[in-house]
Amino acid sequence: MKEFKILAIVVFFSLVLYWGVEPFAHSQMHKHVESNNFIYDGKSDIAEATAKIATAKEVKKGVVEAEAKLVAKKAFWAEVAETAKLKGDAVAGEAAFAACMGCHNGAGVNMGGVIPPNLDHAGSLYDKNYLIALVKDPAMASNTDHKFADTMMHPMGSVKAMITTPQDIANVVAYLTTKKVGKLTPKVAFMEACGRCHTNKYGKMTPLGETPSFKTEKEALAHNIKVLDEQDLIKKYMGNLPPDLSMMARARSEHFMETFVENPQSQLAGTSMPRTGLSEKGFEEVYAYLNETGDPSKSARTPLGIAVLIFFGIFTVLAYLWKKHQWHDLH
Amino acid sequence: MAHFDEKAKPFSHQWLNERLAIDTVKKVMSSEYWIPKDINFLWAMGMILAATFGLLVISGIFLLMYYQPDTAKAFDSVNYTIMTEVGYGWLWRHIHGVGASLVFLIIYIHMFTGIYYGSYKRGREMIWLSGMLLFVLFSAEAFSGYMLPWGQMSYWAGMVITNLFGGFTPDLAGGALNFPGFVEWLRGDYVPAQAFLSRFFMLHVFLLPLAIIGVIVLHFATLRIPHVNNQEGAEIDFEESARLYKDGKKKESKVIPFSPVFLSKDVFVMGVYFILFFYLVFFHFDFAMDPVNFDPANGLKTPLHIYPEWYFLWSYEVLRPFSFNIGLVAFAFAQVAFFLLPFLDKSPVVAPASRRGLFHIWFWLMIIDMIVLSVMGKLPPEGAWNIIGFGAAVVFILLFVALPFITKNEKKA
Repeated sequence: MKEFKILAIVVFFSLVLYWGVEPFAHSQMHKHVESNNFIYDGKSDIAEATAKIATAKEVKKGVVEAEAKLVAKKAFWAEVAETAKLKGDAVAGEAAFAACMGCHNGAGVNMGGVIPPNLDHAGSLYDKNYLIALVKDPAMASNTDHKFADTMMHPMGSVKAMITTPQDIANVVAYLTTKKVGKLTPKVAFMEACGRCHTNKYGKMTPLGETPSFKTEKEALAHNIKVLDEQDLIKKYMGNLPPDLSMMARARSEHFMETFVENPQSQLAGTSMPRTGLSEKGFEEVYAYLNETGDPSKSARTPLGIAVLIFFGIFTVLAYLWKKHQWHDLH
Repeated sequence: MAHFDEKAKPFSHQWLNERLAIDTVKKVMSSEYWIPKDINFLWAMGMILAATFGLLVISGIFLLMYYQPDTAKAFDSVNYTIMTEVGYGWLWRHIHGVGASLVFLIIYIHMFTGIYYGSYKRGREMIWLSGMLLFVLFSAEAFSGYMLPWGQMSYWAGMVITNLFGGFTPDLAGGALNFPGFVEWLRGDYVPAQAFLSRFFMLHVFLLPLAIIGVIVLHFATLRIPHVNNQEGAEIDFEESARLYKDGKKKESKVIPFSPVFLSKDVFVMGVYFILFFYLVFFHFDFAMDPVNFDPANGLKTPLHIYPEWYFLWSYEVLRPFSFNIGLVAFAFAQVAFFLLPFLDKSPVVAPASRRGLFHIWFWLMIIDMIVLSVMGKLPPEGAWNIIGFGAAVVFILLFVALPFITKNEKKA
């Protein structure tokens, strides 16, 4: 029938246009970053360091430094892999953890740029390999060593002097992964993993935690000033105020966020955002929270959508019968 | 003065008829508004546009109740208040966003139907011109609406497009065609800011919809005398056919009344369309809502890629591959090119393009070229994309330049 032929042509050109301006154009606009499935083995760090040697050779500057960096990265992640093989003693780890409590004590006091995170859920939130790497050398583990090359010291740098041997590291991590495994909720995951630097306005989250409701305007203003003071310190440390994450669930794709969390440098070279080392479970919870604030209608859409489509299905059938009736004696 | 029956009950049929001539209006507007019988579903696009515009108005009214045209609050009023706090606010927003995109898809189908069947000439010029005026108004409406969520793409698209109004570069013609200060006057500031947002808000919710409604009425009016075209471009004796129809010789008659016969087909096509529409609203709205615009406007951070919504991409790509001054001329040409169609087509033949020789090739080249332009308009202007985009832009201009020559030959043949 002629009308179907016309419809097929209209649909064909519409789909070609759609394919061209949506999936195709977006695939060309954003470089594809391969996911590492939340395995923290330094693969991407080593690849980055290798690429930097090529760049250095091109501009004929800093080749020696770039080569040294590659050696350091390779050695670091090899040692992490070795340490991961050791059997950790959680009891000994608990004793050693006392050293961490100097900062990770929940007092909410800024130390060197950020408030040290609460570690109550560290075992569930973070990957084991990453924790080993972090205790060993925080700057290297978070792939922000470029920031701390010259004069600045990583705020957690002192751990390198406190927990030194591979066995000690294995013990502390064993303690974290067996004892610090409280039940994760999306909100807790966000607060511990992201909330020290990022706000989430729609979730009422600031670096000081969830904003309570205040009785008087004065109290609210006093709290706001505290938040602003904290943000000044973060800005000083990070170079820029990290963005609010309320709408990130719609501003970035899930794949972007997954690869960004795994290694921020892969999507935003030179960023001061550290790798947070989330495990797959940890990421799921954080992502769930970002969806709660950024895309809250997600769960309501499907059931209502099905009902509306059924309505228009019936509408169309009835309309077709009416049309048939009106046109039956015309030809 | 006309005769009024004193005994007629207020608001009775007779009473109304004496005052408003409702019987005549009904005849003129629907029961004896004759439409050719030989039509396909593409003839329903006008009603689909009217229905989509209706959905945009209704959803827009609901959004307007909560939207705040304030640079500090606009983003949150859309993304938080409407999406989280307002019951079904997300539904109205997604209807509005998807509707804004689909209205252009249907406008393009409607336009190209007119071009394919030659429905813009031989007495139908005013239909075409008023329709093109609607296209321009809808474009302005879409652009002004895109500013309102005050996201990154709102801000930067506003920056880029208003910059075009600064005229040519100062080195051209001694700066006579450069308008210093005009861009600032338009924005009410050096950069898009509060004055800019308030102005576009006013345009989007008041002046432009008002103008659109006015021109829709005009567009309908232009249609009434020359009548709608038909699939074969046949000239129909409407009076003769109407007589046959009213005599019950429906099979012999070439026409049908607007209501209820033509309308019944429109409503059916509309039903099919609404299934697509609401499928997109509930399950596939992302294409109409760019992720970049979910980042709040930031004048200190230019997005990596700035591109308009898909329906402006082809004209954007006629601008972009050229140097600034030439691009501006090409862009201006792209805006008016379709207005000129009735006058560039020198052939008196009203028939489907498939029966019009070279014009048939012209038509499909135009469709393909506009799709190529649209895709290139979104891609980053680098390497091969730039070359293809440049080629497609030149082809676009050449197609319009060639049209009079192509159609002149047709007359001879």
